[in-house]
Amino acid sequence: MDFSLYFDLPLWFRLVLQGTIVILVLFPLAAACSMAERKISAWIQGRPGPNRTIPPFLAWIPGINIIRNLGLFQLAADGGKFTFKEDPVPGNVNKFYFILAPILSMIPALSTISFVPFGAYFTTLADGTKHLVPIMLARTDLGLLAVFAVSSLGVYSLILAGWASNSKYPFLGGVRASAQLISYELSMTLSILPVFLWVNAPGGEGTLSLFDVVQTQSQPGFLGGMWYIFLMPVSAFVFLVALFAETNRQPFDMPESESDLVGGFHTEYGAFKWSLFFVAEYAHMIVGSGIFCLLFLGGWNPLPWVSLGSFINLAAGVLPCVASPLFMGVIGITFFLLKVGFFIFFFMWVRWTLPRFRYDQVMNLGWKKLLPISIANLIFYAVAIAVKDLCFPNL
Amino acid sequence: MSDHPYAFLALFLGVAIAFPLIMLGVAQLWVHFFQAAKPGALKNSTYECGLAATGDSWIQFKAHYYLYAILFLVFDVEILFLLPFAVAFTSLPAGALFAMLAFIFLLAEGLVWAWARGHLAWK
Repeated sequence: MDFSLYFDLPLWFRLVLQGTIVILVLFPLAAACSMAERKISAWIQGRPGPNRTIPPFLAWIPGINIIRNLGLFQLAADGGKFTFKEDPVPGNVNKFYFILAPILSMIPALSTISFVPFGAYFTTLADGTKHLVPIMLARTDLGLLAVFAVSSLGVYSLILAGWASNSKYPFLGGVRASAQLISYELSMTLSILPVFLWVNAPGGEGTLSLFDVVQTQSQPGFLGGMWYIFLMPVSAFVFLVALFAETNRQPFDMPESESDLVGGFHTEYGAFKWSLFFVAEYAHMIVGSGIFCLLFLGGWNPLPWVSLGSFINLAAGVLPCVASPLFMGVIGITFFLLKVGFFIFFFMWVRWTLPRFRYDQVMNLGWKKLLPISIANLIFYAVAIAVKDLCFPNL
Repeated sequence: MSDHPYAFLALFLGVAIAFPLIMLGVAQLWVHFFQAAKPGALKNSTYECGLAATGDSWIQFKAHYYLYAILFLVFDVEILFLLPFAVAFTSLPAGALFAMLAFIFLLAEGLVWAWARGHLAWK
């Protein structure tokens, strides 16, 4: 199968098509997350969760009770409610920033997805060699730096929402959110530096691209096929904790902490403006879990030491059609989404297991524990990688 | 293959702005045609736990947040210098590693200084 026909199409057409596909995957995924959140929280607490809603004219269909019990209709009803209920703007707010904040929250949530590779497929070049091509929207060398640069813009929407509401609870929520986000950004960036030291070690490529990170995890050999979660467990741990803080998930949901700040920065919001914050949070979660899987869990590789390429070669012995680029792309994306799905479940699992931190504990954890740990971790790996290259260049 | 990589960023930026605007517009149209808004003095008042809110919240607040912001700025700029180091690791001589270690120790020293001065203690 050849994709060259596709690449002959005009640029704007491919842009719109690929962009639409990603949005059509991302939005239902975010919606499914919100449903999964309610169901998983219900199961963890030993209650059934939303299971009653059903449009009366559908009730006669046999077997529809399964969908009803899963709460799918509840999800649709919620979506309808957010769009069509009255959307009051409180009298004392700064109207412009009040409306701008939820719109701003969508920008980092949607833009970061264009830097995430989802999978890869083989193309055969003119000289007969096989060449792995990533499935991603914006192929830049910047990769991770671009993700960090865009996603850290998310703090503006939180602080704008908090400030523009002109109410005490949102204000405190907004200020806390911004202090928390900037604190954990440091540990987050420092914790992934060892990964790029390793990727760019002599013989590497000199890149920040997430695709190349996955490529270096799919080499043959013991070290080459090793996922970085085994090679750099401390980095993975610090990154994961910082990811929880950056996405405002429990136990770090200081900006919202409903027991002391009612609803935090979105107390004054309702209807569709509120649901924009909600969608943005889930989109951040999805992209964040995706980045974690790419950096530390081998991206679309099915198992440690088994790369997607060798898996496909193995499977093609049984089913030859698997080797076609289309199948390979779909299989890679499936493995990747499975890992992301597990992490989203993990986010929810932690939310209903750990109690919330107090605010001073959050700041202490960020500045006095994670930051020194990640600096020590960086020094250790910088020295270790240099020593390895000097003494064991063939390892 | 030769797509400009940032074309997608521009596209998603456009979608990210257009999507909320369209949905908010639909909600506004719905309110306009089918369900008139019913504002009221209580409904428009600032949220407070049962009492009337006193005063604005656009006030001076704890300066400690500012200290964290300053510290963040210092560290973030230093980390930005570490990223090119990680990328250029491919071809650097051994001396560069020591230079970089000195730089990281300066970063660590800044943290120790702020810690010793008590700037990291939440008050």
